[in-house]
Amino acid sequence: MYGYIGKVLRINLKQKSVNVESLDLENAKKFIGGRGLGTKLFMDEVDPKVDALSAENKLFIVAGPLTGTNVPTGGRYMVVTKSPLSNTIASSNSGGFWGAELKAAGYDVIIIEDKADEPVYITIEDDKVEIKDAARLWGKVVSEVTDELKNEMPEKSRILTIGPGGEKLSRMASIMNDYERAAGRSGVGAVMGSKNLKAIAVKGSGKAQVFDEEKLKEVNSECLKKIKENGVTGAGLPTYGTAVLVNIINENGVFPTNNFQTSVFEKADDISGETMAKDYLLKKSPCYRCPIACGRIVKIEDMGLEVGGPEYETLWAFGSDCGVSDIVAIFKANYYCNEYGLDTISVGATIAAAMELYQKGYIKEEELEGLSLEFGNADAVVEWTKKIGKGEGLGAKMAEGSYRLCEQYGVPELSMSVKKLELPAYDPRGIMGHGLQYATSNRGGCHVRGYMISPEILALPEKLDRFTLEGKAQWVKTFQDLTAVIDSLGLCLFTSFAMDASMYTAAYNAVCGTEHTAETLLEAGERIYNLERLFNIASGIDPKEDTLPKRLLEDPIPDGPSKGNVHRLSELLPEYYTLRGWGEDGIPEAERLSKLGL
Amino acid sequence: MRITVKLFATFRDGRQKIYDMDLPEVTTVQNIISSLGIEKSEVAILLINGRDGDFDKELVEGDTVSLFPPVGGG
Repeated sequence: MYGYIGKVLRINLKQKSVNVESLDLENAKKFIGGRGLGTKLFMDEVDPKVDALSAENKLFIVAGPLTGTNVPTGGRYMVVTKSPLSNTIASSNSGGFWGAELKAAGYDVIIIEDKADEPVYITIEDDKVEIKDAARLWGKVVSEVTDELKNEMPEKSRILTIGPGGEKLSRMASIMNDYERAAGRSGVGAVMGSKNLKAIAVKGSGKAQVFDEEKLKEVNSECLKKIKENGVTGAGLPTYGTAVLVNIINENGVFPTNNFQTSVFEKADDISGETMAKDYLLKKSPCYRCPIACGRIVKIEDMGLEVGGPEYETLWAFGSDCGVSDIVAIFKANYYCNEYGLDTISVGATIAAAMELYQKGYIKEEELEGLSLEFGNADAVVEWTKKIGKGEGLGAKMAEGSYRLCEQYGVPELSMSVKKLELPAYDPRGIMGHGLQYATSNRGGCHVRGYMISPEILALPEKLDRFTLEGKAQWVKTFQDLTAVIDSLGLCLFTSFAMDASMYTAAYNAVCGTEHTAETLLEAGERIYNLERLFNIASGIDPKEDTLPKRLLEDPIPDGPSKGNVHRLSELLPEYYTLRGWGEDGIPEAERLSKLGL
Repeated sequence: MRITVKLFATFRDGRQKIYDMDLPEVTTVQNIISSLGIEKSEVAILLINGRDGDFDKELVEGDTVSLFPPVGGG
């Protein structure tokens, strides 16, 4: 067996049982691995109508066939489950080193079933797998748990854990690994917390077999060459990290500010990648076999910390979306999210929504317990992040996410979310393709299911006019299908700035001995996308939820370079459905499903 | 005429972040980048007043030109 290990580790927390099963290789290859295979396994084993926080929901932690290989960035894994935030499929991807270690330990998949009676954690050392009492770890933050388990385990073990956010079932809780890497979105940490599972520590000594080592060397050197030569992956990201986007998105007038009330932020440069690199960057923090190394380590002087720095999305969420221009406050909010195990996008966006609720008089002064909820207050983003992490006071309401928060005050339309997942850092009113992608992403308001910013803003692979509609539906579909492939292979999406479908195909074929063409691999991506769609429909998600917040469809951006625009979703959606082979009602039709082997 | 030129990322190395230039009529972006020692091939993204721009476009009083080398993220 090549690429895949061929083993599934099934752990039932109620029964405290550990079973090793054979991977159904045919299934695995049909859905590649990672995101695709996890979705297939979920559909085979769990009713999508399941309550996401019940014992019946399962957690599928899935590596890709290229995870743990020498293919650049091949260290990623995917958490697939039902999302307690959106009730859609949750597939949250993470880098770092944990995913590669899982493969080294000899597993493609971990399936977590049922719920432990008391908090537990799991240790994996190759074929020695144990479920242990986690009483001493429960309540501890991510760095404490990671330190403790690293001390207990053999050297160079890798630790995946939830923080207090997941324990308290915040619907914005993430699963963290290697201290600061996150399977961040969709509340997957709450699913882990609902199972009383605190952590999974792993150490492996093996490696997946490679089908054609010589060919793989050739392919890898070509991939590395492309990554190094590309201006984004070879220079922009290594020098500035993702934070380099702050200024460019703001210059285009699509940098959401004050909960999307406008989309230009006067002080954007204060929270930019350029400022971070110049004044705060200590070093880079690369993931497994990554030549890009976009991760940052920054200093927070008044706390005496040297910690993971914020990504672009985080700088936006706690920055302009809350009207805040104090970059150090953002570092702190990011730090607390990492420690409490919370998604920085959803937390920042929820604080921004709370600020608008306060601004408009829905949240009253007496609910604030002395804290501020004014746009622009830097302390507020730090303090409310802590309150959310601890589930205290108004923070407990906010921990439910922006949609449920705004709904409690009778104004759900103030939540800037799609399918209850908070939108990231790009105002779709000035980026038509990206808005269509937000509306149709299978996990709700997400930018990494088809990153249309690449052609519409960054001119990669070519520059598209961001305001026009022509051809955008096809671009979105292709990007979504290709992204499903990359997420399923176990590679980082950032490789797609430099690599095209033919290179992923060559890498997959060299490792696994498959005989894909770029077309058949993209078809596998389309199959995965449709399977996720079927999950959502079976879960009860109405295709009418393929939409954007009312503000973005009706209220033009009030100022800046994108002034006067709303998103023209209704003009794009029918063409998108047609290209997908879905009916006018957004339901996949039998003909396309059959063609895709579903 | 007054033109604002904003530089980002590595274009700031050895240069200012922002220039308020007093330029003669019939000035193009090409003229500006030449005066700053930036090659056309180095510019990945060119915006004039936040919209996609052109190196040969004649600028008008009050325009803002934003110049980026290849950048990306997500």
